[in-house]
This record gives sequence, structure tokens and C-alpha cells, in this order.
Amino acid sequence: MPTDPRYDYALREPRLPKPVNRSLESADIDRDVRLRMYRILHELRQFGKRAHDLFLQNLVKGTTHLSLGMEAIATGFGAAMKPGDYTFATYRGHAHSLARGMDLGAAMAELLGRENGILGGKGGSMHLTDISKGMMGSYAIIGAHLCVANGAAWSAQLRGTDQVAVAFFGDGTTNIGAFHEALNMAKIWTLPVVFVCENNLYMEYTPIDLMTAVDHPAADRAGSYGLESIVIDGNDPDDVYLAAQKALSRARLGGGPALIEAVTYRTGGHSRADPGKYRPEQEIQAWAARDPIPMYHDRLLSLGTPEALLTSIERQVAEAIDAATEFAKSGREPGEGSLLTEVYADGGSRWRN
Amino acid sequence: MAELTYREAVARGIAQEMRRDPTLVMLGEDIASAGGVFKTTVGLLDEFGPERVRDTPISEQAIIGAAMGASMTGIPVIAEIMFSDFLAVCWDMIANEIAKSRYMTDGQVSFPLVIRTANGGGARFGAQHSQSVENWAMMIPGLKVVAPSTPADVVGLMAASVREPDPVIFFEHKALMATKADVPDGEIVDQLGRARVVREGSDVTIAALALMVPRALAAAEALAADGISAEVIDVRSLVPLDTRTLLSSVTKTGRFFTVEENPRLCGWGAELVSIVSEEVFWDLDGPIIRITTPHIPLPAAAALEDMALPSVDRIYKTVSKAVDSGRGL
Repeated sequence: MPTDPRYDYALREPRLPKPVNRSLESADIDRDVRLRMYRILHELRQFGKRAHDLFLQNLVKGTTHLSLGMEAIATGFGAAMKPGDYTFATYRGHAHSLARGMDLGAAMAELLGRENGILGGKGGSMHLTDISKGMMGSYAIIGAHLCVANGAAWSAQLRGTDQVAVAFFGDGTTNIGAFHEALNMAKIWTLPVVFVCENNLYMEYTPIDLMTAVDHPAADRAGSYGLESIVIDGNDPDDVYLAAQKALSRARLGGGPALIEAVTYRTGGHSRADPGKYRPEQEIQAWAARDPIPMYHDRLLSLGTPEALLTSIERQVAEAIDAATEFAKSGREPGEGSLLTEVYADGGSRWRN
Repeated sequence: MAELTYREAVARGIAQEMRRDPTLVMLGEDIASAGGVFKTTVGLLDEFGPERVRDTPISEQAIIGAAMGASMTGIPVIAEIMFSDFLAVCWDMIANEIAKSRYMTDGQVSFPLVIRTANGGGARFGAQHSQSVENWAMMIPGLKVVAPSTPADVVGLMAASVREPDPVIFFEHKALMATKADVPDGEIVDQLGRARVVREGSDVTIAALALMVPRALAAAEALAADGISAEVIDVRSLVPLDTRTLLSSVTKTGRFFTVEENPRLCGWGAELVSIVSEEVFWDLDGPIIRITTPHIPLPAAAALEDMALPSVDRIYKTVSKAVDSGRGL
């Protein structure tokens, strides 16, 4: 049995990335936007790596689901979204939280379970939320938050604002009922919502293509809900940014929902517990060569950006990550004072008189 | 004062709150054009329009998700889940997402939302459209849980629930829909967390909820004819729970009975019993007794369903026997 690719997925034919689309170099994207995306990419990458390191030092407990290798999606959307827009993410939500401007230190402190964490230690890695930044939560049971994003979009529609809600989710989510309920309702109500499938080819430990009736788990379902089938390069920040801008402006103008499938790959396993051994080595290597960061570095250079500028951005981010780590480590363990608070809106947990 | 049916009271309570708060919206299956399958939302579409009273697909997760997302972004919502049994279809949304998010985010979000649902048996609908599931909601930290038994309480508790900044699960009883009672004119706003002594008595305390309240009252009348004075408490609100009213009654009577429509195990009464036995044990003059539906799914046939649900006769006989055996001691 171990030599049978039907059961040992590492023996399957590798699914290789498409080559970089060189024409995106000439896309109509401001230099400032691109530099901002370069900075966000680095923040997400360096934060993810630091979270991994702190886990190995036993400072981050429980679990973490990193977006290493997948940062271009959060980056492109983070750059395209407006301050009032709503982000809904999954347990793999660090990148999406930071891309909306969550404080690095408060995010890191939350992973460490400290009192100075963004959630006071009550939520942890899988539930990062910062309502003040439009980061409406990280939802750790897949599917639900697509329906919740609809509600935020409905609210924007009722209040007559031009806000858009964006829900990010993995390929595995496309096989749960809530995904289908959400798409249908979004379409019939013409809601300003954008659904973004981060297809990293694996639903947790299992190849998504073995578990899905169609080749493209999100895009091939779009037609069932009267939506355009859209597949983009999830490892190219420019491609993501352009798709995001198009879908967001359409939704803002009352054009209704969009479903975008961004194809990507996670460098590591599903979670901290998973070394990701179920993947063919050649596939891992090929996707490593398509890592968004060196690719974007090269693109910015070829567009005439001075290398020194990029290096200084990288250094500034590294300093910010170090400062965030120190901030997190300096936080106290939460005390008993917060254990019984914020179950109900009166701030407490009292259920009887 | 006007005589209203329980179902009319639902629409009146909602209308009262929709007039007060122009941002309040509602959604659910068949609630707009059809006026609800139990006719509890008749007239609301005409008065408030399709923007605020929305029909939805048969998609309970999408309904509750939309209610959650809207309520956390400034739009208060009333969502209808047609039968309370269907709460199981969207229980992730309620128990994991809505109930936990305020705590998980350390108070960053609020959910001013009411989930209304038709609960309970007596309509011969069979096991998948008849359960009493208040205890499902009661056991989830973060939810508030209400189950009115009279038209006036429907209006007042609906208003209180809508004005709550916390998510409220509002159980409307199917078998009470056609019951009628006087409802005062004008705005009615009640309070969650207040039980009501609906009949005063000195020998036993009977706590009941929703459909079980009129049955407990009828049993109390029969007991009175035998010289047993029963105090009947309509619990009304399971969370928050009015233990003060409950405990002071038990302290007075020394005997405690619950009448619960839910199947036996972990019914709401079990929590009340636990509180009574922990806190006023030495005031008790005899064993506490729970009168419940047996631990079975509800059968469809009229004869079987009638045997399953606590009846006036079963309440009467159980209390009577317990009091008699106590007297013999």
C-alpha cells in the first residue's frame, strides 16, 4: 500500500505551477502601490517565520496555521481594499489580519497568549480580529464566515455605504454546504461581497482534486450561481491586486458578488502539527521556485526600483518584527480578571440573578 | 386592551419594534409575502416593505450568517428559523460563531439579534417538527433564551429581546399560536430574566415554561380541589434565569416540581433542580420531582404524542402522589 499513489499522495504526479505572467510587469499599477505591496509581503512573511520560530521555542502554544508561500493573496487584497471594507478570514488568518493593518505586536502577543494580545489572550492564533481595522474576524470552522460576510455586505447595502465585504477561504471550504448557501444568497440579493478561494491544492492533508467533483474547486462552481469563473495567479501580487480592484469596484457600484479562485501553494504543512509529507518533492521544489517574494523583488528591480530601497524596506520590516516580538514577550499572562468577562454585552458572564 | 392570539402578538411585537427602530430588519423563509407558515408575520411586509422584511432561500446557515454579519456591523436583525428542530442545521452559526465571538474577541463585537423559532409539540407533526429544544440554547454560554406563554408576554419579551445587545433565541410555541388573551394597548416592553408567579400557593412550587404553563395552572386548579395549594411559576426566561423568584417560592412551599416538555436528559429543569438543591436544600420538605417528556423522539400519532408530553392529568397525579406520600412520613 505505501507504494500506491492512490493512498500515498507523495507518489502522485506533481501539480506544477504555471510560469510567471511577464506581461503583468507593464500592468497599470502605481509604483507606490507596488512598494506598499512589497512591504506587506515582507511583513506577512517575516511575521509568519517569526511565529514559527516562537512556536519551536514553545512560546506559541496550541497551534498555528501559517500562510508562508501564500502571502500574495492577502497582500494584493490588502492593497486594493479601502479602510471601511470588511475582511473575513479563516483560522489561517494572520496574513489577512496584518494586511488590514492589525498591529504586529498585538497580533504576536495574541499568539503568545499574553494580556497585551489583540484579544487579551482569549481568542488565540485562529481568531485574530480587529474591528477597528475592518478585520471582522478569523473563523475556525470552515464555511460559516462566507455567510457572515454576506451579512456585513447586506448591512452595507441597507446603510447605503460603498463598503465591500471580502471572505477568504481555502479550497476545502468549497465542499461544505455553507459555501453554496452563501454564494446563492449573495447573488439573489446582489450583495457587495467578494469570495476569495485560496486554492493551495490541499485540503488539510489531502489533495483537493481527489475530493472535489470539478477541477477548479471554486471557479468551476461559479456558473451554478450566475457568477463569472475567475482563476488568478495567487502567487503574483499584481495579478491579485488587479482582480481585487475589478471585483471590489464592481461590487461598490452595485454589481453584486464575485468569486475568485487564486491558485497558490503553502510552503509548510497545514498546521504546526503537520510536516506536509504527503506532497511530491518535485512539486514542493517547483512551487518554491515560484515563491512570490523573490519574484516580486525581481519585478520591482526590472521596473527600475533601486535595490537599496527594497533592502531598506526589508530592514524596516525586520526591525518592526523584532519590536513586535519584544512587545509580545514583555506582556503578562492574562490574570483571573479577564476569565469571566465579555460573554455578554454588560461585560460579564452572569446568567442568573 | 385588545384580545389577541399568540400568533398575532408575535407580529404586533415585531411591528412595535420596527416602528421604533427604522434600522431593524427581519429575514426568514416564507416570512414576507406568505406572512410566515404559522402566520406570525402577517402584515409586516405591507407595513415595512421588502427591504426590511425579506424572504430567503431554504438556507438556514445563510440566514443566520446574514443575521450575524448584519448585526455586528450596525443593523439589528430578527431572523426566523421556521421550526426549532431546524436550528440543528445552522447550529454552528449559533453555538460556535454568534455565541462565542464576543468572548473570543474580548468584547470587540456585539450581536443585537433575535432568532425566532416555532418550538414544541402538540401539533402531530412528528419527531422532526415537534421537539422542545430550549435546553440546546440554554447550555451555550453567550446566548440568551426566552420562551413566552401568553400573548402579552410575546409582545413584551419580543421588545425586550430586540432591545438586548446580546443574541436572543426566542421560542414561540406552536401549540399556543391560536390561544387568545387580552393584551394592553400601547407600547409594551418587558424584561428578560424575570420569572412570573402566575398562581400563588403555599404547599408546592411548580416551575413551567411555554405550553407547560397553562397545563401546570390547570393541574393546580385540580390540586386545589384536593386541598393542595400549588404556586405556579412561569419561568419565561431561561437565560438570564430568575433564580430569586424560584428560590423564594421553594423556601416558602418546601416542595419543588418542574414541568418540562423537553426529553428527560439535561432538560432545563435539571439546572433549576441543581440550583434549588444546592442553595435551599434545608428548606425542602420532600424530594424534588421533574415531570418531563420521556427520553424519546416525539411520535406523530395523536394518541402517542398525548401520552408523551406532560399532561394536566400527569402533572396533577404526580404532584398529588408526592404530597400524599410526604404527608404519610
